[in-house]
Amino acid sequence: MENSNVKTLAPKKVNVSLKQYGMVLALIAVYLIFAAITGGKNLAPMAVNNIIMQNGYVIILAVGMLLCVLTGNVDLGIGSVVATCGAVAGTLIVDYGVSSPVAMLSALVVGAMFGAFAGFFVSKLEIPPFIVTLATMLMGRGICYVILQAQTKGPLPADYTWVSTGFLPTVKVGADAAGKGGVDLICLAVAAVIAVLVVLGDMRSVAQSKKNGLPVPYTWQIVLKDVLIIGVESFFFYKLGCYNGIPIMLVLVAIVVAIYHFITTQTVAGRQIYAMGGNAKAARLSGINTKKVFFWVYANMGLLCGLAGIVLSARNASATPKAGDGLEMDAIASCYIGGAATSGGVGTVVGAVVGAFIMGVLNIGMSLAGFDTNVQKIVKGAVLLGAVTVDLLSKRKKS
Amino acid sequence: MAEYILEMNHIVKEFSGVRALDDVNFKVKKGEIMAICGENGAGKSTLMNVLSGVYPHGTYSGDIVYKGEVCSFKSIRDSEKKGIVIIHQELALSPYLSVAENIFLGNERKKNGIIDWGETQREAHALLQRVGMGGENVNVPVNTLGVGKQQLIEIAKALGKKADLLILDEPTAALNDRESKQLLDLILQLKEQGMTCIIISHKLNEISYVADSITIIRDGHTIETLQKGDDDFTEERIIKGMVGRELTNRYPKRENCPIGDTIFEIKNWNVYHPDDSNRQMLKDINIHVRAGEVVGLAGLMGAGRTELAMSIFGHSYGQKISGDVYINGKKVKINTVQDAIHQKLAYVSEDRKTYGLILIDSIKFNMTIAALRKFFSKKGVVDQQSEAVKVEEFRHLINVKTNTVDQAVGSLSGGNQQKVVLAKWMLTQPDVLILDEPTRGIDVGAKYEIYTVINELARSGKAVIIISSEMPEIIGTCDRTYVLNEGEIAGELSGDEITQEAIMGVIMAHNRKGEL
Repeated sequence: MENSNVKTLAPKKVNVSLKQYGMVLALIAVYLIFAAITGGKNLAPMAVNNIIMQNGYVIILAVGMLLCVLTGNVDLGIGSVVATCGAVAGTLIVDYGVSSPVAMLSALVVGAMFGAFAGFFVSKLEIPPFIVTLATMLMGRGICYVILQAQTKGPLPADYTWVSTGFLPTVKVGADAAGKGGVDLICLAVAAVIAVLVVLGDMRSVAQSKKNGLPVPYTWQIVLKDVLIIGVESFFFYKLGCYNGIPIMLVLVAIVVAIYHFITTQTVAGRQIYAMGGNAKAARLSGINTKKVFFWVYANMGLLCGLAGIVLSARNASATPKAGDGLEMDAIASCYIGGAATSGGVGTVVGAVVGAFIMGVLNIGMSLAGFDTNVQKIVKGAVLLGAVTVDLLSKRKKS
Repeated sequence: MAEYILEMNHIVKEFSGVRALDDVNFKVKKGEIMAICGENGAGKSTLMNVLSGVYPHGTYSGDIVYKGEVCSFKSIRDSEKKGIVIIHQELALSPYLSVAENIFLGNERKKNGIIDWGETQREAHALLQRVGMGGENVNVPVNTLGVGKQQLIEIAKALGKKADLLILDEPTAALNDRESKQLLDLILQLKEQGMTCIIISHKLNEISYVADSITIIRDGHTIETLQKGDDDFTEERIIKGMVGRELTNRYPKRENCPIGDTIFEIKNWNVYHPDDSNRQMLKDINIHVRAGEVVGLAGLMGAGRTELAMSIFGHSYGQKISGDVYINGKKVKINTVQDAIHQKLAYVSEDRKTYGLILIDSIKFNMTIAALRKFFSKKGVVDQQSEAVKVEEFRHLINVKTNTVDQAVGSLSGGNQQKVVLAKWMLTQPDVLILDEPTRGIDVGAKYEIYTVINELARSGKAVIIISSEMPEIIGTCDRTYVLNEGEIAGELSGDEITQEAIMGVIMAHNRKGEL
């Protein structure tokens, strides 16, 4: 048959997907707006340091929540589970004299058990996750109060609080006689290493695509993207270097983010989560054990709650029954601000992290600007609504 | 000279610079049935959306003249007020509402804002009588009725809106032959009562049956309008207009394709209904397929063909499944889809949007999702480069029309989507492929390409099973066919024995046997 179907050859150049960098631009914009409002107070090294210190656990939870959101669901129980895990660790240390590492391990186990519990109902019994996690939310809070007998357990020892308050060793240069000022060389080194890795990574993927005859992005777009990323991370690490160096919390968060970024983008398991969220029936008929995926997503969320529980109680140096109240909303909001879709199948770990950073920058900016806590809630709600509205409207325009 | 009820003059509609409709012109006489034909992507749906106000006046150029006046519809409500009612391919019924509630959905019978249930039921009953469903209870939820009846309810709903011009988009796509005939006869009957209809369909035999005139659209242009009596209404003639060339053979010949040994066999297969363990859906099925052979599963809708395929494919349908599966002479256990893929079995679903594809994800993502674990990963980590290379190779091999494999499959035409599903299963390197309605809802050009791929598969020694409701497709592509009826193998035909009459004959004979 005559061929009217012209074979379209792959174009040599393609555009860099702009979506994620749009979010980064929004983050920068929010940051600069508050720099103006607060007269530059949020540019201070300590304020930058606090973005990580005060939001580390939100980032950890947002990463776990993203997997739930990818399946088209949420986990409402995480605030309570975080509190319970902290309560377990705190009680073991204060009342039973257990060592910090054992207490931390116990918190992780308790979190994983909560997750497995929810995962069992969600996957095996096919109970809607909204209801299952609403139940774990109520039960978790109750259990937390029972364990703590409605009291605060503390203070927690230094080797426990270290995860949330400690810093890596520093090598300061340029400090004055009193030891003030100066920059940590390790921070600068890390910033430089990241910059090199970003550039090398792009060069490698371009080279591989060229070798295999696949389209490559425009060079100027890659350069622009790299300048943006390197600019942001250099600023961030420079400010940390001016303060106390790299917080342990940052190391912990970076490891978690790296692991989950890898899982979602590079592994079969990650693809399966996306496939299931996009169309569960088609995923099942493609040989994906959707029940298994569901179970692990929720079990994993529990494990990360355990980690967040440690981080949060360590930061407060105590376990309190009210801890983590409303955290689920921050985590869910981070995912949606970061471009995840409520219907599932769309979203990235990096997006969720940027979303969590936007929430963190907002929090700190508003505190520094002296906003009333009630007003802060109004602003956060409005930002969530605005971010998702802009995102959805721009998508609708495209299609 | 009959008056024209509708004239579409110089309609142009652009989507971000791309002309979906480019100077479309046609006229519909009052009381006639006009068919609009064209390949997928030719612009039929866009045209109907322009006509019914889905795309409001101002977003397109050109004039719609209806009953002598130029119309500028702002929304679908405006066009309905004038009596233009469109029935979309996907049914727009609310499944848990009753028949009567659905018929008057958005058009409620009410007094002072309160629903008048008496009048609702009375009128619903009257409307159902007009569509030949007089015996139906108007208070049952519509999801308890079959698709055929639901389609009739859609028409009753349109009549309730006092339609003068009824637009039907692929009305018989989900119906079996008997239901289709019933629906077409109803349309003819409505014509007798003075209704004007525009019908869009891929089923050319149906168009020849009902249409008074046929307007052919290709690439956004109106090519020609054929009139009954003056012009030739054969399928060949219509296809020539649609594709712009003579398609002398709709089924490519399969040459140099030796048939080898039996590589796939099902013995004593029994399956019960997933929700009702007493209801046997499939009874003592025995089939076999040889390497390089294309075998059909013919039968009427509801005969159990899809149920058979899905129950074999990792027990994806039914319960209390018993029987044996042999692949390459070895008895194998296939309890899950993972097992099926592992045993080199593939199943291309009849419903690509629900069961075949993840519409929001890219062509690449969809093509490799089933083969990912086995062929594109090491220790659970995806090998992105080998994946990208293979996907490019398959894109060219089966000719998916797209600029980049990163495009979402949801934005592709039906034919291209079907090619992606086919590629997805070819990438799992199966020995046995079950293709369920492989060309449903796609245009003739893409069909031809899919048949070519099927031939290629057979030539490389695969066993292919084709389930199809279109008998010409079974006749045109299969070496041999089983005929299923009411969950049993009613007969087997091969080579030149396979004709429409023979298949129907086997079904009829089996039905008679059941009655005795």
